[in-house]
Amino acid sequence: METMTGAKALMTAMEKEGVKQVFGLPGGANLPMYDEFARCNIRHILVRHEQSAAHMADGFGRVSRKPGVCFATSGPGATNILTGIATAQADSAPMIAVTGQVPVAMIGRDAFQESDIIGMANPVVKYAFQPRKAEEIPEVVKKGFFIAETGRPGPVLIDIPKDVQQNEAEMIFPDEFKIRGYHPWTDPDIVNVEKAIDMLLQAQKPVILAGGGTIISSAFAELQAISELLMIPVVTTFKGKGSFPETHPLSLGPIGMHGHAEANKVMSEADCVLAIGTRFSDRSVGTFEAFEKKLKIIHMDVDPAEIGKNQTTNIAVVGDVRASLRIMVKMLMQKAIKNTQETPWLKHVKETKEYWKENLKLHPGEMGAAKILRKLRELLPAESIITTEVGQHQMWASLFYDVIQPGTFFSSTGLGTMGWGFPAAIGAKVARPDIPVVDIAGDGSFSMTENSLATAVLEDIPVIVFLLNNFTLGMVAQWQRTFYDRRMIGVDQGKCPDYVKLAESYGAQGIRAQSMDELDKAIKTALNSDVATVIDIPIDPEEDVLPFVAPGTSLSDMILPS
Amino acid sequence: MMWAILSILVENKPGILFKVTHLFRSRNFNIDSISVGVTENPEYSKMTITTYGDEKQIAQIVKQLDKMIDTVEVKQLDEQKTVYRELSIFKIKLSNASDSMEINKLANAYGAKVHDVRKDSIMVELTATPDQIKAFEELAAPFGIIDIARTGVAALQRSGS
Repeated sequence: METMTGAKALMTAMEKEGVKQVFGLPGGANLPMYDEFARCNIRHILVRHEQSAAHMADGFGRVSRKPGVCFATSGPGATNILTGIATAQADSAPMIAVTGQVPVAMIGRDAFQESDIIGMANPVVKYAFQPRKAEEIPEVVKKGFFIAETGRPGPVLIDIPKDVQQNEAEMIFPDEFKIRGYHPWTDPDIVNVEKAIDMLLQAQKPVILAGGGTIISSAFAELQAISELLMIPVVTTFKGKGSFPETHPLSLGPIGMHGHAEANKVMSEADCVLAIGTRFSDRSVGTFEAFEKKLKIIHMDVDPAEIGKNQTTNIAVVGDVRASLRIMVKMLMQKAIKNTQETPWLKHVKETKEYWKENLKLHPGEMGAAKILRKLRELLPAESIITTEVGQHQMWASLFYDVIQPGTFFSSTGLGTMGWGFPAAIGAKVARPDIPVVDIAGDGSFSMTENSLATAVLEDIPVIVFLLNNFTLGMVAQWQRTFYDRRMIGVDQGKCPDYVKLAESYGAQGIRAQSMDELDKAIKTALNSDVATVIDIPIDPEEDVLPFVAPGTSLSDMILPS
Repeated sequence: MMWAILSILVENKPGILFKVTHLFRSRNFNIDSISVGVTENPEYSKMTITTYGDEKQIAQIVKQLDKMIDTVEVKQLDEQKTVYRELSIFKIKLSNASDSMEINKLANAYGAKVHDVRKDSIMVELTATPDQIKAFEELAAPFGIIDIARTGVAALQRSGS
């Protein structure tokens, strides 16, 4: 037992959890914790807006699979990180957000920079703590990390009143604790795994749908083993993109609103699906009723509340999906099940894949999205990490950037938060400084958090912003072209700012690429630079993302390039 | 649509009622009635929530409540095996001389207690199932109901079931 302040206890507890850095921004109500950076081994990475701090922590957490930590002050600092917290919650990313709060005696009196962040954050956190006594802090931190990273991961908020940070107390750092209402682990459901195998073996047209849970639990090898043993083609959700190598012969890529044509086609023809770690989002499956019609669904998920939420399930396997898939692999091996024959279904799947490879019409120009993203893929090492912003470029990345090494592609898929990709790339680079990290960006989304260039430059975190610049809020523009009779309202961004000059003004490298040759050089230059680089690639503002499954329709109703 | 009684054991800490009711709002579920009280163990409170929904919705409510870290146990109670009651207080108008006697008779038939008889109003306390309270309300309506206060349902499953 040791006497120390609440702030010191916070930092000590975080060091015990292995925290090496915090993304954040100081203010009046969190100064006591900031003062502790002078006396501990945790690096502070300064942001220019708290939302970016949360996205950095999120990017760090998704890549390292340990919670990233962000700090913000009370009031506006806290409300600014809310978007980042909600983003992490929607994509089940582990995160610890620590906010300062006004002193306990001031709570509820509408004090300066007071906000009821616990009340506001409740629906978008996995859990929230507000320690009222300094001595509660060590256990709160311990529980917070445990909750954030176990089961279905998520963000945990710790809101600490200023006097609780300042007060001294005898601190006990517990090794054990009890949370009575939290049971993140269930025993693997062996019986239902066996039933699932039987159902898959009986199916004429089976398909595997791998969701984000496959990536969170790193079930890559297990997924590939099952696909290969049973010779079942693999489609993914957008969040599950890259859970299976997209260069694999059995890979069809993501399904959904902007899924691959072959993936949507095969998914809508299948008679049985093994769905792994997915919530069957409307963006993935289209209308729920059409999706589950004529389809037997085996659903594996760590979160029991996902079973039956959006889709009626025939067989549910609750538990960590990697553990469940491992059992499945073991059973298949024991039963010596290995399909080698090409079934009519598999032949059809291959033909479908071939057909769309040949026949999907792409933008005819030199700087079409497909050509640009395939060039990026060609020049990036396989292990490179990709984050994306939100918009057309994100969906082009889904369509045209093949993930080779599983678990190297991250995006704000659930909340669809514009401005996520760049700070998330910075967080990812902090987690993996040894490999290239590229934010595939659009101009609308990038401009929301572009001031993170300051963080990338000053903190020496050299990420690459690969900016497909159509001077437009492109996805909205596409919807206005498609559904609103070309009435273009509120989408023109003009040639403003000049992103090369913007990058340079921050001390980053800015390169404009207007041809494939220039793009080739720019990517190589960026990869060899030790400073953050923005590659500004002007593109046709009229290029649409196609195929497109309109909202409220089913995967078989794709709008295709004319 | 079915009616369901949910019994939710929660940590007896501030803010939990907010979280539970917020879950109903954010997930688009309905709260028909709610009652909360501390249990024999002061570390826990028990909430009884009655709600409407189809089978799938009720199952989803139970799962989402169960997922909450502050809930220790969530059960959907079987109506047939459960004692469930709600306390209600009616203030009823007295217009005619015979009204007081009539309402007393009605109260007797329902096992309700009569309180606070005034010149122009009478208060009746009825502890019963929500269906019985509704039936009583219909029969009392012709006299003129001035006000009603209800507690929400409290429920316990019978032993051995």
